Amino acid sequence: MTTTPQDARAEPTPLAPGAPRSGTTFLGLPTAPRGVGHLRGTQSFPDAARTALRDGQLRANLGRATTTIRGKRAAVVAEVPHWEQLRQAGKALKAATMAHLDEHLEELERQVTARGGTVHWARDATEANRIVTELVRATGSDEVVKVKSMATQEIGLNEALEAAGIEAIETDLAELIVQLGEDSPSHILVPAIHKNRSEIREIFRRTIPGVDPGLTDEPRQLAMAARTHLRERFLRARVAVSGANFAVAETGTLAVVESEGNGRMCLTLPQTLITVMGIEKVVPRWEDLGVFLQLLPRSSTGERMNPYTSTWAGVTPGDGPQEFHLVLLDNGRTAVLADEVGREALHCIRCSACLNVCPVYERAGGHAYGSVYPGPIGAVLSPQLTGVEDNASLPYASSLCGACYDVCPVAIDIPSILVHLRAEHVEAQTRPTAESVAFRGLSRVMSNPRLWHLAQRAAGLGRFLSRGRPTLPAVLPPPVSAWTRTRDLPTPPGKSFVQQWTEEHRR
Amino acid sequence: MSARDEVLGRIRTALGEQRPQVAVPPVPGPRSLAPAELLHLLAERVEDYRATVLRCTPDEVPATVVRGLDLALGAGWEPADVVVAPGVPAAWRPSGAPEDDGRPAVQLAAFAATLTGVATAVAETGTLVLDGSPLSGRRALSLLPDVLVCVVEAAQVVPDVPDALGRLDPLAPLTMVSGPSATSDIELQRVEGVHGPRTLVVVLAG
Repeated sequence: MTTTPQDARAEPTPLAPGAPRSGTTFLGLPTAPRGVGHLRGTQSFPDAARTALRDGQLRANLGRATTTIRGKRAAVVAEVPHWEQLRQAGKALKAATMAHLDEHLEELERQVTARGGTVHWARDATEANRIVTELVRATGSDEVVKVKSMATQEIGLNEALEAAGIEAIETDLAELIVQLGEDSPSHILVPAIHKNRSEIREIFRRTIPGVDPGLTDEPRQLAMAARTHLRERFLRARVAVSGANFAVAETGTLAVVESEGNGRMCLTLPQTLITVMGIEKVVPRWEDLGVFLQLLPRSSTGERMNPYTSTWAGVTPGDGPQEFHLVLLDNGRTAVLADEVGREALHCIRCSACLNVCPVYERAGGHAYGSVYPGPIGAVLSPQLTGVEDNASLPYASSLCGACYDVCPVAIDIPSILVHLRAEHVEAQTRPTAESVAFRGLSRVMSNPRLWHLAQRAAGLGRFLSRGRPTLPAVLPPPVSAWTRTRDLPTPPGKSFVQQWTEEHRR
Repeated sequence: MSARDEVLGRIRTALGEQRPQVAVPPVPGPRSLAPAELLHLLAERVEDYRATVLRCTPDEVPATVVRGLDLALGAGWEPADVVVAPGVPAAWRPSGAPEDDGRPAVQLAAFAATLTGVATAVAETGTLVLDGSPLSGRRALSLLPDVLVCVVEAAQVVPDVPDALGRLDPLAPLTMVSGPSATSDIELQRVEGVHGPRTLVVVLAG
């Protein structure tokens, strides 16, 4: 029996007419295109996780970091007596926004335009990359400074800019570590969470020109090295690219939440600012930020408030960039919106609390998910953005323990969406899988009392195999091995319930 | 069809005819605190970020600003090293400190310290909000020099984030500052001082 399917990219599955397929949803809404961006891995989750689990250093780094952040989050959340009401308000605000997403986006466009900004619409990653590349080219600059942004990671903007001869400089410390190490991000908030301090020191020593050879692995020293390295780049930058945490429709105000001040540098010093934002980031009213700015920092870095939150509306004469472009990105989001159960994944405010509590993420790490959105939220978001067949193993990358739901600041019911996506995946299969054959067989046996008693008696064989241990050995012949390789199969009891009942009532 | 019309059309298709009706439940307001408790909470929360808080009466602001600069820059700093937001009252300014004259933003990096007022401050989270007004200064002013000294007056302090948003202009370029610049990117340990000012001094008057 197998419950961990291979992804479609490894082995294409023929589809029945009318079945949901990668590329479009049943309503005909296109998903994120293949061949661009970072929503699909090269391996299925179980295969990638198997490699990651062998890396003891990775597991130690992740274990230490997630334990620290879990404790910090719990402490600052416990401080807020009305946290649960805040959460429910956040959830309802997001649901209410999604129900009229078109109207809010049109209002946002009107307001941003009225304040001197230019709004662009991108159907997908390819179009967004083209828009940004052309905007940068028009400035004549061949480099851009970047604020950490999930949307631009998702669409692979850096690669697109590089192909056009434009250097994209990541300025968030963790993004810088990933970029200098020619690595990929493994966490939404701390993309270099898989690296420890001495590994980071080695990357800096190797890649930063003129870095002090005596650089220690003291985090403060490492942060100072990054400060020195980027200072001159901030001061000479003419174009910046950012994402957005929120955009207020009624006022046209954009908001970026950050810690280091690299965001402020990018949002303030260059002449031109280009912001790429997923369409689901809009909120209707200014006062809505009051809810989200309480929920996000406490869930994310475990702080009452992050060091810097910047907001701006269009262009402010004499203060900051004098040219502002907002790129509104779909890239599969409308396909997610079409799913009445799955659309809740669009409520995510990218805090990463669900990653930090997830027993699967803590052990496998972010790279195993293959997408820029790892962890529980990634397991529900990535397959929906790409179409479930392109990330078919992700809905199964969970024990369904529910810890992610408990910590989610906007109460996204991630376990229910996971189950929903598993069902969608199973229903899309046209050829029988080992699992469906097994369950069909089981169904026959369980609906026939005589067969069921025979089967129970046959289970006594399991007691023979276990030789007195509480579980069966992991090494069993196929097809049973597909199950026992990753699970403990309990030794069958000496007598079944029915046998015991019969014996007791015979007396 | 334009990308705009296509994306909007997709949203309408996705949502269908029957759009969900969602009621947003109310959120309880902040805890009620007496004015003295509010200032105490702000001071405690700002200090939690490893910023320096100096409390004083409104009359003592000028002397306290100087004391803050002494602490941050060490005795012997020159008034010419300190740049002042144009709307800061004359009485608060160290004598001889130049005002931001609107020079190209990057040139502000040459100053060692900045003195500004604030638009409002949030007690619960220890947050100062600068709003780009003459009192707060333009955004680059509170960003490039390595030391930031902010004067907060008692009447500017509100209990929580929603109260602050109610007082602010959504169209102004706002910067919410909670402690010195910091990062948690190395092993999720907080380290103060990256690209923004590494030292934050708050002069709390009242």
